[in-house]
Amino acid sequence: MNSDVQQINRFFSKKRFRLTLIIVILGMAYVGASIGLGFQTHSLLNVQDGIAWLIQNFIPNEASKGYWNEILQQLFRTFLVAVAATTCAAIVSLFLAIVGAKTLTPAITVSWVIRAFSSLLRNIPIVAWAMILLFSFKQNDLTGFLALFFMTLGFLTRAFMETIEDFGTEKVQALQATGATYLQVIAQGLLPEIAVALMSWILYMIENNVRDATLVGLLTGTGIGFIFNLYFKSLRYGAAGLVVLSVIILVVSVELISNLIGRLLS
Amino acid sequence: MIKPENQVSIPTRIPAGPRLSIPLRFRDRRRVTILLTLIVLAYVTLMTLPTMIPNHFKLGAALVSFTENIKIMFLQPHLANTTFVTLLGALGQSILLAFLTTLIGSAIAFFFALASTRRLAPTYLVLGIQSFMAVIRAIPTVLWVLIYSVVFGLGANAAVVGITFHSVAYLTKVYADSMDELSPGIIETMQAMGLKKSAIIRQAIIPYLIPSYLSWTFIRFEINFADAIAVGAAAGAGGIGYQLFMSSSFYFNFHEVGVMVYMILAFALVLEIISYRLRSVTHQ
Repeated sequence: MNSDVQQINRFFSKKRFRLTLIIVILGMAYVGASIGLGFQTHSLLNVQDGIAWLIQNFIPNEASKGYWNEILQQLFRTFLVAVAATTCAAIVSLFLAIVGAKTLTPAITVSWVIRAFSSLLRNIPIVAWAMILLFSFKQNDLTGFLALFFMTLGFLTRAFMETIEDFGTEKVQALQATGATYLQVIAQGLLPEIAVALMSWILYMIENNVRDATLVGLLTGTGIGFIFNLYFKSLRYGAAGLVVLSVIILVVSVELISNLIGRLLS
Repeated sequence: MIKPENQVSIPTRIPAGPRLSIPLRFRDRRRVTILLTLIVLAYVTLMTLPTMIPNHFKLGAALVSFTENIKIMFLQPHLANTTFVTLLGALGQSILLAFLTTLIGSAIAFFFALASTRRLAPTYLVLGIQSFMAVIRAIPTVLWVLIYSVVFGLGANAAVVGITFHSVAYLTKVYADSMDELSPGIIETMQAMGLKKSAIIRQAIIPYLIPSYLSWTFIRFEINFADAIAVGAAAGAGGIGYQLFMSSSFYFNFHEVGVMVYMILAFALVLEIISYRLRSVTHQ
């Protein structure tokens, strides 16, 4: 009995010791990283200053009402570009994923090549994409479209590939045993089964791309990101606030729509 | 077998209800939703694509110059305006930025998640925090950093606070979602045993949460690394992103961009290996 109590005490003190150790290590890592970056912790306590500044300066005033037309137009363009980029990338990456998934691939080398390719696309920073594309395709919507397209292609190929691999080989084998061809297996067995998962990935990517389109626009000088940068750097904060507000409304409504579709799919 | 003379036959009854029947496959809600969504997406895409290409645009020339630049970037990387050591330092700075923001973000988000999980918190708190976080998530990270660089001045403070904002909003949602998956029976049992909330959190929620906590935090670290680069370029917050921005849009030197992209890819490879190991550890 006594030894039981001792054992329990030892268990808990060991657990507490481990927790303290983790906290101390993380704390030291925090301090080290702060010094390395030159980050002052007290600025974390001044977060409300930023919010206050935001509320003070970004409230759209009378003068910024004149910008509504331009903002809405650019917002709409940005949204369309994000959707188009996601859809095109989804189509291409579905093919790549089917050919590259370990369960369906014609040769394992093909699978590795596609894996490496998608990893490369995903990990090249969006800044590099934007700059290279800007240099060749100049300042227009196509540049933003292509930058989003490449990033999405890399991401969706991996996501689709994992979805297809989760599907397993049993059903594929069962269909093959009935004499179905490769294309029939994919069209009749695989796609209907994974359609819901693919759909939710696509919706997630659209949400993400609408947000990222702002960054890409800022870098390539197109769409909503460009006009935010323009207003912000020319100190027209009211108009910039309007841009932020419209981005919030767009992103939240895209999120709500995709949640609704997700509920209908479940 | 003897057949009866008068066969008894039961008249088949016509099923009650409307005669007009919709084919079964169109009554499937999922099928209709997927079809409709696909049609809308295809329509939007087909309408947008032709309008994106500007007038007098030479696609051929653009593609040639694009492949040319890609070739320069990947096949002939060398440095001109900076040294390798400077770049290594800048990469380290970006990594530190990503690490620090993930650390602060996950610590803050954990408490917000506790306050916004349906297992522990009242409904009004859940709805309030979740919608507040949705609004913060909706603003892109770069805008946060730009806004804070006006308040705090350009530099590490603005970058850290700006990226942390988005991390907290993101992590709060995913942590709260994974806490919601915990079966309510466990918490009810512990409450019936008379345990306090703090004990429930320490003994039931945290041990249950650790695998998904680790994997989500790691995913956020990867996102933050990408964000740190983007923020360095778009908001001048330093790190490898700033160097990337300088050499591509000031010096137009794609040889140098190639070196930086290779450095970033090398680190991304390390991250991918870690995430693979992490997945195999947490799946056990």
